[in-house]
Amino acid sequence: MANIKETSKKSKAASMGMHTEVLTGRTQQKFFNPDEAENFYYFGTYDVDFNKRTDLDVKDMTAAEANKKIDGLMSEGYGTIVIKNPQGKHSLGVGILNKLNLIFEGSLGYFGMGSCDGPIVRINGRVGWSCAENLMAGKVVIEKNAGSCFGAAIRGGDLICKGSVGARTGIDMKGGTIIIGGDAGAFTGFMMQRGRIIILGDVGINLGDSMYDGTIFIGGKIGSYGSDAVPADLTKSDQDWLKRKLKVAEIGENFDVSKMTKVVAGKKLWNYDNLEPTEKKGAI
Amino acid sequence: MCGIAGLIHRGKSSNVGLELQGMLQALKHRGEDSTGYALYGDTDGKNFIARIKIGENVGEGSSSVAEDVSVYDERKKVVDDCIKELGAKIVKEERTLPYSLRYEIEYNKKDLLEFSQKIESIPGVEILSMGKSLEVIKDLGNAKMVCDRYNLDKLVGTHAIGHARMATESGVDIKSAHPFWGYPFSDVSVVHNGQLTNYWNNRRVLENKGMRFMSECDSELIAVYLAEKMRSGASLEEGMKESLTGLDGVFTYFVATKNSLGMAKDTMAAKPLVLYESDDLVAMGSEEIAIRSVLPQEIDTYDPFDGEVKVWQI
Repeated sequence: MANIKETSKKSKAASMGMHTEVLTGRTQQKFFNPDEAENFYYFGTYDVDFNKRTDLDVKDMTAAEANKKIDGLMSEGYGTIVIKNPQGKHSLGVGILNKLNLIFEGSLGYFGMGSCDGPIVRINGRVGWSCAENLMAGKVVIEKNAGSCFGAAIRGGDLICKGSVGARTGIDMKGGTIIIGGDAGAFTGFMMQRGRIIILGDVGINLGDSMYDGTIFIGGKIGSYGSDAVPADLTKSDQDWLKRKLKVAEIGENFDVSKMTKVVAGKKLWNYDNLEPTEKKGAI
Repeated sequence: MCGIAGLIHRGKSSNVGLELQGMLQALKHRGEDSTGYALYGDTDGKNFIARIKIGENVGEGSSSVAEDVSVYDERKKVVDDCIKELGAKIVKEERTLPYSLRYEIEYNKKDLLEFSQKIESIPGVEILSMGKSLEVIKDLGNAKMVCDRYNLDKLVGTHAIGHARMATESGVDIKSAHPFWGYPFSDVSVVHNGQLTNYWNNRRVLENKGMRFMSECDSELIAVYLAEKMRSGASLEEGMKESLTGLDGVFTYFVATKNSLGMAKDTMAAKPLVLYESDDLVAMGSEEIAIRSVLPQEIDTYDPFDGEVKVWQI
């Protein structure tokens, strides 16, 4: 059982009487023992060579056939795979637990790149609902727009959309970073529990509704704040991190991050650890 | 779940029957209990086209009762007599299926309320649509089955909306299938994906104002709601904007008139919609694969935001 002690923070959240509790007790070290590293091995992953490249035309394939084919190519050591004619098919590229350079020449439907851990993905078109749901690690870049529930429940990695996204971006996210070059719809960061969301454009109503933790940075206008979401001070450290992140993401390089609005949870609800999955792996 | 699709050609006509069939067939995994088309064909605009249902195709959970074809024949005679009594003239008639009539009617009055009320006072009869361009065709099965059954693949026009239905709130039958006609307005039709939670409250209010409901399907409320707004003097777009607060629940819906096509999305943005827009074509559907059936090349699409209303003209 965690103990509770009082603390104070100079922020609007603190002035509202929130953020006055910090849970202590169990520690990271107890959860992540370096000796457990071998248990992080994924069964069925492959050694691939990024210089070994091939094209895969999925025009006449079902999603299951295309995903099996991608798996087969990885088993042959292909580290760079270019998918031709995805044509908005659903569930393409799901369940890849490998280092892989994957390029989609076109658009994806719903649930594209779901439950992945490790691949570097570039999608030259748009994506439908729930892109990269449950992403653990890796990087997914979308050149155009994205649908709703973008990055739902991601736990790590970078998810970047250069266009605009629909509603509930980062819903239930537990880590990682989501970066949006355009606007975002309603309920962005709904029930988010950890991680960071960066929106360079405007955002719709109920921003950060019921968020437990995590940080949201908004460059444009905010439709309205959701329950439990409050503005916070944008620190020098935040600005440095934003500049670094936007540069690496190749998005909004000249964006004035000093004018962004930082949004956090107004109340801490539970004993969340601070490390994200990729950081945990680094620690191991 | 249900899927909706629509398209509008601007400045030209196209084979919208076949195009919408492709779009709806791509969405058949969202529901194939029934499929419906609202097609706006090229006509000379002189006569009304009435799609009249004189019997029901009864599926699972339907509150209707299957009837013998002889009952339909008797009912058709009553309908024909009634049309004559109203001073209207049947110029052309087709009976694709025993329970389905397509009439071209010479009728000089603009207000279709009296006509509709009289025809629908005949037990078992429903006007699926009436207008100078609109034809609503709906039946059980997926898009291709309905298209083949009613020979819709040859229909040329400017715009169309359609619906692939997974029955949830009401049974499987034609009366609960979309699209719904914006009774009694000529050439107005609606399709909806979602669930309306203040259906009964709104229905009671609208019925007290003299509006009619033919099914227990919550989606019918949108057509009746918009029709009542227009009857009160609002434009289609104004009515749609009011619906964002007047209707409770989750919804994405399309509404079409003789010259326009519109979409509205609720403030929760809980139902999907993907939209493609260019100078000469707007295509939209619950999923991108619907749009891909008419535009297989790489295109720019986007999701409209929460609370968004858009209307396009032909």
